Amino acid sequence: MARLILRRLAATVPVLLLVTAGVFALLHLTPGDPVDAMMAESGDATAKASLRRELGLDRPLHEQYAAWMGRLLRGDLGHSIRNGEPVIENVSRRIRPSLQLALLAMLVSLLIAFPVGIVSAVRRNTAVDRAGTSFALFGICMPNFLLALLLIFLFGVTLRWLPISGYTDPLEDPLGGLRSLVLPAVTLGLALAAVITRTLRSSMLEALGEDYVRTARAKGLSEWRVIRGHVLKNAMIPVVTVLGLQLGTLIGGAVITEYVFALPGVGRLVVDAVFARDYPLVQGVILLIALGFILSNLLVDLLYGWIDPRIRYR
Amino acid sequence: MLRRAARARLAPFGAAVLLTALLAALAAPLLAPHDPLAQDLGNTLARPSRAHPLGTDNVGRDLLSRVIWGTRVSLLAGFASVAIAALVGSLLGIVAGYSGGRTDGLVMRAMDAVLSFPPLVLALALGAVLGAGLTGVLVALGVVYTPTFARLMRGQVLTIKARDYVDAARALGAPGWRIAWHHVLPNAAAPIVVQASLSVAFAILAEASLSFLGLGIQPPAASWGSMINAGRGYLQQAPWIVFGPGAALFVTVVGLNFVGDAIRDALDPRLRADT
Repeated sequence: MARLILRRLAATVPVLLLVTAGVFALLHLTPGDPVDAMMAESGDATAKASLRRELGLDRPLHEQYAAWMGRLLRGDLGHSIRNGEPVIENVSRRIRPSLQLALLAMLVSLLIAFPVGIVSAVRRNTAVDRAGTSFALFGICMPNFLLALLLIFLFGVTLRWLPISGYTDPLEDPLGGLRSLVLPAVTLGLALAAVITRTLRSSMLEALGEDYVRTARAKGLSEWRVIRGHVLKNAMIPVVTVLGLQLGTLIGGAVITEYVFALPGVGRLVVDAVFARDYPLVQGVILLIALGFILSNLLVDLLYGWIDPRIRYR
Repeated sequence: MLRRAARARLAPFGAAVLLTALLAALAAPLLAPHDPLAQDLGNTLARPSRAHPLGTDNVGRDLLSRVIWGTRVSLLAGFASVAIAALVGSLLGIVAGYSGGRTDGLVMRAMDAVLSFPPLVLALALGAVLGAGLTGVLVALGVVYTPTFARLMRGQVLTIKARDYVDAARALGAPGWRIAWHHVLPNAAAPIVVQASLSVAFAILAEASLSFLGLGIQPPAASWGSMINAGRGYLQQAPWIVFGPGAALFVTVVGLNFVGDAIRDALDPRLRADT
């Protein structure tokens, strides 16, 4: 396992370097002068010159990159040009709602996907299976912003059961907090549930046809024990792969979900920073999101090794 | 068997949706009953009626006409961004797979770096620096989808490079570009076409998401994502502002998925999802 961890960490280093270079280059992709774009409404040449100096844009590119990397290695991701606060502080203030949303969405998706996927596979080609596969298709094709608006229309506007926007911290007010996060979590979790359902169903069908399942049945095990002990366990690897692959979609979905439901999370921070043309903040947050994404993928890879020992020695 | 039969029924549905969307996009000026930009402040938030089958929006514009014109943006964004990604990605994949060594390492690590960003977040960041509008969206989505094609093409090239007919061509003295063009590319094309057909639906969803966030086509021009965003504030009084473009987007994506599946089944039977 240690070898697997080291190998994966070593493979991550060059990618990390290229990711930082890409995020650095982001500011320089702006057509024209990035300072003009950031201070579009200001005609103050002195203020622009001062911002240019502050961001180091008056220096040659390689010096800018070296200075930026130097600050990065010291943990300085830069400052927002709007509120002057360090990027880290901006993000740490917003991280809690995002994590709560992601966890709840994951929970919603597993609570839906496992029963639907298992029943679909076990009752293959029945009405239940067709309903399950239709649900999966619906979840995959439904844009999450549209689903969010439909849920708001149904549960917020028509039935008035749940709040349509805003955030209450579940750690301070559990009931109010959960109420404020139910619709966003369902919005975000449904697409994930659809993908997991589809994968679980097809990997279970594959496992159900294996010899060891026939042997287990021949031993007289109950169908539930066959599924729990033999089928589900072997069907889990594709599910973990898909969970890893879907992390990016989940983060992207969180950006939109937080935007629609006005949740003060990191996703909302990205959108706000983009519209405020606060490029240092955009760079910092994007870099942090990419780092989080790389780390999560690393964890998923290690999880593989844990689930399937054969992978450790490959 | 049942599933394949169901799929066979679904493919014509997908093709019909795609043809309808193409027709709407190409003949938008002829099909749209009203000018999609013409405001009618005396008839705002009107319910669906015979004159306005999908109703009108907050400034009295006919929603059906805007949905029809929006088809152009969605299809253009979906197909063009995937075409950019397929072209650039395939070229990078051929270069990486054919050259091997350091070039291969550098290109593929760069692709890994692009894949290290969540797709929508990367598109958002690129859209932010390139500026709102169709060009920014096409480039952003093109970049996002490029690594998938590069990886796929590289894998194909590595397999095909080891085949006897490539060795034979090399022994006959064919230059590298000729081998790549005449032998590698035609044999590697099928999986690229399959991937492209499966990606278009997701590119359309991504364009709609960017437009919804305000980074795509700018108002007053019609795009499904921006129309849905504009309808957010009127869910209580006029939910049809969201329903029309929402249904168009959903049906198009479902249809394109069916078409993508059918193309995959036709071109690459090994990938056929029988289970």
